[in-house]
Amino acid sequence: MSQEFRLILKDADQPGYTPDMECYLRRGGYDALKKAFAMGPRVSPDGGTVSGPEKVRKEVLASGLRGRGGAGFSAGLKWSFVDRKSGKPIYLICNADESEPGTFKDRQIIHKDPHQLIEGMIISCWANDVKLAYIYIRGEFPQGAKLLNAALAEARAKNFLGKNILGTDYDLEIHVHRGAGAYICGEETGLIESLEGKRAYPRIKPPYFPAVLGLYMCPTIVNNVETLCHVKHILTMGSAEYAKLGTPNNTGTRIVSLSGDVKRPGYYEIEVGKATIGELINDPAFGGGLRDGRKLKAVIPGGSSSKILKAGEVFKLNRKGADGQMTKVDVPLLDLPYDFDSLQQAGTMSGSSAIIVMDDSRDIVECLANLGEFYAHESCGQCTPCREGSLWISKALHRMTHGQGRKGDADYLVNIAQNIQGRTICAFGEACAWPVLSFVKKFKEDFEARGAADEARNAADK
Amino acid sequence: MSTPATTDIKPAPAAPPPIEKIKIKVDGREIEVPKMMPDWQGKPQPTTMLQACQLAAQEVPHYCYHPKLPIAGNCRMCLVEFGTPAMGPDRKPVLNEDGSSKIAKSVLPYEPGTPRGAIACATPISPGMEIYPNSPATKQMREAVLESLLINHPLDCPICDQAGECKLQEYSVEHGQSQSHFVEAKVHKPKAVDLGPRIVLDDERCILCTRCIRFTKDIAGDDALGIVNRGSYSTIAAWKEGAFDNNYTLNTVDLCPVGALTSKDFRFQMRVWFMKETKSLCTSCGTGCNVIVGSREEKVYRYEPRQNDAVNSTWMCDSGRLNYKWINRDDRLKDVVVRGQKSTWAAALKEISEKLAKAASGSVAVLASARQTNEELYLLSKLAKKLGAVTDSVPRVGEGDKLLVSADKNSNTNGAKLTGIASAEMGSNLKKIADGIRSGAIKTLVVFGEDVTKHGIGADLLAKLETIIVSDILPNATTATAHILLPGCAHAEKRGSFTNVKGRVQKFMKAVEPKGDARSEWEVLHELVHNVTGQNGFSSIEGLFNQMAKEVPAFAGLEWAKLGDTGVTVPI
Repeated sequence: MSQEFRLILKDADQPGYTPDMECYLRRGGYDALKKAFAMGPRVSPDGGTVSGPEKVRKEVLASGLRGRGGAGFSAGLKWSFVDRKSGKPIYLICNADESEPGTFKDRQIIHKDPHQLIEGMIISCWANDVKLAYIYIRGEFPQGAKLLNAALAEARAKNFLGKNILGTDYDLEIHVHRGAGAYICGEETGLIESLEGKRAYPRIKPPYFPAVLGLYMCPTIVNNVETLCHVKHILTMGSAEYAKLGTPNNTGTRIVSLSGDVKRPGYYEIEVGKATIGELINDPAFGGGLRDGRKLKAVIPGGSSSKILKAGEVFKLNRKGADGQMTKVDVPLLDLPYDFDSLQQAGTMSGSSAIIVMDDSRDIVECLANLGEFYAHESCGQCTPCREGSLWISKALHRMTHGQGRKGDADYLVNIAQNIQGRTICAFGEACAWPVLSFVKKFKEDFEARGAADEARNAADK
Repeated sequence: MSTPATTDIKPAPAAPPPIEKIKIKVDGREIEVPKMMPDWQGKPQPTTMLQACQLAAQEVPHYCYHPKLPIAGNCRMCLVEFGTPAMGPDRKPVLNEDGSSKIAKSVLPYEPGTPRGAIACATPISPGMEIYPNSPATKQMREAVLESLLINHPLDCPICDQAGECKLQEYSVEHGQSQSHFVEAKVHKPKAVDLGPRIVLDDERCILCTRCIRFTKDIAGDDALGIVNRGSYSTIAAWKEGAFDNNYTLNTVDLCPVGALTSKDFRFQMRVWFMKETKSLCTSCGTGCNVIVGSREEKVYRYEPRQNDAVNSTWMCDSGRLNYKWINRDDRLKDVVVRGQKSTWAAALKEISEKLAKAASGSVAVLASARQTNEELYLLSKLAKKLGAVTDSVPRVGEGDKLLVSADKNSNTNGAKLTGIASAEMGSNLKKIADGIRSGAIKTLVVFGEDVTKHGIGADLLAKLETIIVSDILPNATTATAHILLPGCAHAEKRGSFTNVKGRVQKFMKAVEPKGDARSEWEVLHELVHNVTGQNGFSSIEGLFNQMAKEVPAFAGLEWAKLGDTGVTVPI
């Protein structure tokens, strides 16, 4: 039976543990930072041997840490793309704009253990020669911003921030910036625009890759809250030890936000890939199963924009056999390991690791209408396909859920969504198209039946 | 100061570095394009797919892209399917059986069967790239974007001023589909929004390409426009209603690819397809912005800027653009008037010729306007030389700006200087002329296009003159005192050339017929010069210009035909 494995949230829910620095220090806080500083000299202007910061970067790369924000991209690789020769300052931004529906993991860290994030950030900044960093926090987290500012003040008082940190020649300042309430601010280039004081319109890539032309057109690293916390643990444990957590290519732990029709919704930290979707839903240590008498209908595995999985689906996954050869193995939905690669092979993604469980009491068209409304409301409106398509989808679904559906609406929706995905400036296009495409693909009969019923009733009314 | 001869020998100028080229394929045809091309500011940047397609004579439709504005990439109209040379696991290109590079078409990473387009306006080309501007996938992407742009559009072309020059109309015909799937209710947005004193916005027609915002912020330097609301409800707005008020706002009407931004001056005045377009120049200051005059049935309806990168890029100021209404004024001078009686050109020219031919040397003063054409000024200076006349023009200095508006409010100050009609310090002879009249030495005054009563030669002095010959377009205190009054032409009614503040010699064409009996000044002057000096000249504007180029050193080597549409710069 799978159990939680708490690394990031090890202390957070312990009795008596508060966000104060005192608590954090008592439990070995900022030791990883001291360890990092002890790793070697900083980069000398004339080059020199492998410096401490470079060692940290290598450690993060070797740990196999993948971004916990949504895309699951290697954090070490992301750092390696940073233009270090431009002569411009390098910025680091912590993306704390957690707003993917179903996701509530970063706020646990921010509210319960802010110093862990700050320590992770200081190490990451030191490793990347960053002198100024920002925490872009969602506007709806006023308490989180307050706690972070208090924690930053404590860190400054103890000289973990500011000039000549802990007696080294390293200076760093971190500022908290509050968003104003838009989902798109979580998109990294939209976030950067917002931080610059503009509308959060995502930037076109090329040419505006943050690693080269980011904040104020300077090289910029944008990492998720949870990702930055992992950096601290990689330093503490060493990359080799850290990489033993989880499964190959899916290392470490992950906080899963479990919501929907389970008995015990909540956040659970697991070793990546060491628990299956079925275990997360049904085990007493996690979701505790569906409510009595209900059957599973579907699972949205990685935040609302990931593609839905239908109960009873069986996926073909690549598995390494005993002979070392890759073979295709049939894996039912409930046996799907909760990691980056398995979900990708199942045609969806682990995204922000937010599982939304739907039982058979749910109307799938109503569920999609709910999501459609969200994406129509949150589309920034910058580029045509998403601006017009997201509202079009929402209006069609609203019509369908208000007795005016048509049998052909299933194909109608797919047609709209296909004209959005892959044609927009940012991944929001996919985020609003994928639910539509997957819901309709997997539950087409629900959509058609509803449309046909409406058509029949409306014809009879005439 | 002399310098040793040796230092005068300059090394042969180094050959410019060869332009690095990239071989790509556009629509199946191989083409070599420069690796770098100028961006909106003229700085060399990696060549984009759109620029490469233009070089390959393949049109890529676009809304938000404009060569003189920063790239936004938001309309998605220029999405094109493309491919790049396939790379093997060894990072070497994979070859086809015939040895050519195998092309990996760009596909969606999560759906390898579906082509993934790139926006041609912002995507740089790479060696071996293949662009498919006419493939079924590209066409489908365009159709989808057009459908999206039209679902919430009011489709009110019959009452829209943009109709006839609307990119939404044009692309819908060329790239759109005849039907839409859309069955929902349209989004309704504000209509007839008062954006500023000269601009009205229809938010429902707007496709949110942000050209107007980018122009206003990045070219005009005024952060007046932005977008409010979100998603499909987004609208363009000035920071305060009516606050869009800089001297370049009307350029946004030109830039707007649809009928969202309209000019208060032009809207509902004339259907664009009825108008004749004539290449001309703006005469409001010394910059000489290139314009297109829109006219119908001898009436001027609007000026629009015409691209000339050496002068005005593709812009012009609002004050210049709206300064055309005097052409259509009812009180334009339309008759030849001799001593208060309506006369004829033949009679008036005969009288003037005889008077000038008999005039004692030095008894005539000629006041030409620095708003006249090079040709007219040249002819006047020939006349003046023969008469030994004192000559000059009137300087006009006002406020300039950093973008286009010149502080020199004469359209041809340099022409007046280079033809020798204006004194070295323009206006310095005005006093001399006034003194000459006062002393009785000057008995005849020839005035072209100036109200001398405002420039030191008042009614008392004019009363002392034996003969006042005036040519002008609109009535003023000077024309009222003229013994012989000749009705002149607005520049839109004739041909000629101006020399702008930077020495750009530019020609303009005739858009409308002169009013009443008015005749082009150069024709009249050509006749006078012949009668008074005995010299015959060319009776066509081309011949006259070429003759002037031979006789006026500053214009040496110029030819009318070679001026082209955008002119030639001469040293000043």
